[in-house]
Amino acid sequence: MANFTDRVKEAFKALSPDKVGEYIQESQIYRSIFRVGVPDSDRKRLLVMLGSVFLHLHPVKVRKSGIRMRYTWCMGGITFFLFLVLTFTGLLLMFYYRPTLEYAYVDIRDLREQVPLGIMREIHRWGAHAMVIAVWLHMYRVFMTGSYKPPREFNWNVGVILLVLTLLLSFTGYLLPWDQLAIWAITVGSNMARATPFAGNEGPGAALLKLGDIPLVNNASDARFALLGGRFVGEAALLRFYVLHCVGLPLVAGFLMAIHFWRIRRDGGISGPL
Amino acid sequence: MSKEGSTAPSTPAPPKPAPAKAPAAKATMPRRSFISWMTLAWTAFTASMLAAATATTRFMFPNVLFEPPPTFKAGYPNEIQVGQVDERFKQKNAVWLVRTAFDEWAKAAGIYALSTVCTHLGCTPNWLEAEQKFKCPCHGSGYYKSGVNFEGPTPRPLERFAISFADDGQILVDKSRKFQQEKGEWVNPAAFLKL
Repeated sequence: MANFTDRVKEAFKALSPDKVGEYIQESQIYRSIFRVGVPDSDRKRLLVMLGSVFLHLHPVKVRKSGIRMRYTWCMGGITFFLFLVLTFTGLLLMFYYRPTLEYAYVDIRDLREQVPLGIMREIHRWGAHAMVIAVWLHMYRVFMTGSYKPPREFNWNVGVILLVLTLLLSFTGYLLPWDQLAIWAITVGSNMARATPFAGNEGPGAALLKLGDIPLVNNASDARFALLGGRFVGEAALLRFYVLHCVGLPLVAGFLMAIHFWRIRRDGGISGPL
Repeated sequence: MSKEGSTAPSTPAPPKPAPAKAPAAKATMPRRSFISWMTLAWTAFTASMLAAATATTRFMFPNVLFEPPPTFKAGYPNEIQVGQVDERFKQKNAVWLVRTAFDEWAKAAGIYALSTVCTHLGCTPNWLEAEQKFKCPCHGSGYYKSGVNFEGPTPRPLERFAISFADDGQILVDKSRKFQQEKGEWVNPAAFLKL
């Protein structure tokens, strides 16, 4: 028996971490996933960056100043991290939340009081607040360091659209708890769409769009109606905001984020101090 | 990766025999008809894209709304006392019916239909019977019983809707026609039901 134990120990000793690692790295499965192998030279590191769908969005080389917290505040990275947190927690919330007049409010309440880890909704909510703050600070940093200047002017514009999308995500998520605050906040907020030029029934130019005596842009055919799916904030609005919040806006934001990160690379990496 | 595959790029492939020219020459399209075909194709493509975009936009505007209709019957005039603000239709139709002994704009006694939508930012004010005023809980806008604003951030009076008699003698309110005091529209006969 002792002899056998010794032999097993010997065998395990022969299995040094180096050898196991070598065996794994030479296996077909590993090589089919990681084409380049261990990135132990500049050339291999470059190939790793070029060969990965995720890494190729990122600059191959980052300036020393680019990872200095006092220069970037890491606000872009924190924003992206919060977006991932919100996507994950939001996905979990979707398992319990039903966007109907009957269930919306009680489902939100039950998410806090009946569902295990009732803090999930609070993480989503506070994460959303934090993301809005982080996005503004990121914009402030980019402005103060002059990083919007050529050749980065296109990426600045992508960033502005991403800022608007972040605010719209906040706005659409605001309605979902379906309490008094939500309903009236969205009533007030969506009234702004009435003033859309030509597309809002109280906006400039809308009165010109007439067919004889009948106004073409009225309260059942304008931008606000398209947003709410009705003349006031009701069940159709709740459903539309839910779909926009969970699918539409995150999808667009995801595409634009890929472009945003890719353009950092194409425009010469994170800007450096002048 | 096969051996042949890995060595292929380093050794240039032998030149391929040039393709036979005779059939290509036969298939050549005259420039004039090529341009006209391309114009037709691009026009058709653009038209189909525009049609698809229009149809998709139209999809967002349903044909049937599960909302109260803009025109509704609101009972008989004698169901409302003189000086009373009738709140029966506030919840469903967003309208107050007010019966007055004398209206400053119509110069008569009768009933007017007041919108319950605050002209500041669109909340619903409350009728305070003791203080004889409409008070919005959102930002504190206040209106007299007539609908004219006197306090808070609101820039203009509440709106009135078209009001008339239905065939059976009931009050008929038409919310698709609104009258604004600041535009001088309250003197319009359709904005007031004389009794």
